[in-house]
Amino acid sequence: MHNHNQCGDYLAYISDYLDGELPPEICASLEAHLRECVNCRVVVNTMRKTIELYQVTSGDETLPEGVHTRLFARLKLDD
Amino acid sequence: MIADQDFSPDFIDRLVAGDRRVFGELVERTSPKIFALGLRMLGNEQDAEDMLQETYLKAFKALPNFEKRSSISTWLFRIAANEALMLLRKRKSGASLVEVEKDDEQDDSALEIVDWCCLPEQELVSTETREKLNEAAENLSPALRMVFQLRDVDGFSITETAEILDISEDAVKTRLVRARMKLREYLSVYFKERMEGGNQHA
Ligand SMILES: [Zn+2]
Repeated sequence: MHNHNQCGDYLAYISDYLDGELPPEICASLEAHLRECVNCRVVVNTMRKTIELYQVTSGDETLPEGVHTRLFARLKLDD
Repeated sequence: MIADQDFSPDFIDRLVAGDRRVFGELVERTSPKIFALGLRMLGNEQDAEDMLQETYLKAFKALPNFEKRSSISTWLFRIAANEALMLLRKRKSGASLVEVEKDDEQDDSALEIVDWCCLPEQELVSTETREKLNEAAENLSPALRMVFQLRDVDGFSITETAEILDISEDAVKTRLVRARMKLREYLSVYFKERMEGGNQHA
């Protein structure tokens, strides 16, 4: 990623950062880097958005009718 | 996700005692998520349906041995995850167990840096985007796909995901990082094209 040599090290922390799982010192150091580095900021934002997209598009799932009927018949729960 | 506080101690007692009406309620409430896991892991409705039915048949048989202090959803997803992985192995006849469970190699190729977060919401959840989301997930190894689905889509914690898959929490974290990076990369390439192509097709 361009000449930002440290970026690679920080990238490994981004996932834990999004989960709020980073130890405070590493978190502070990553946040300092993010203030200066546009690229890493983009990675953080697009990763967060990626996760969000999977979550919002999977919220409306229901069992297809046929699948539901056959499941309950197979489990003998349909009487 | 299906939080355990949704199931009262009384519900669990009657479930373990073999009350079929209560079991029916458990199936009613959890089956959409189990089916979605099957679809994500196996990629087609027929296999997902097989996995769904087998999961509950096995769950009903195993219920008398359920430890009431543990989580019913973690327990159920563990059965479902094993079922999905078994079907995957069966399908790739001759493929070793290792192949289904191994992580993808760390990929240090260049990152796509394009900020597509600003795209309008209706574009981000369009039918085409949904297809891309599925396509991106299909590109992950089963091991990465499973961890991503359980943790980020179904909302299980790192600890719960580790329990469901019977792997260490560190292994969950490592797979999660790789899965998220790969998905982000795949979607970034796609959205970059959309952002660049938008003017030409206007
Ligand atoms: Zn950076």
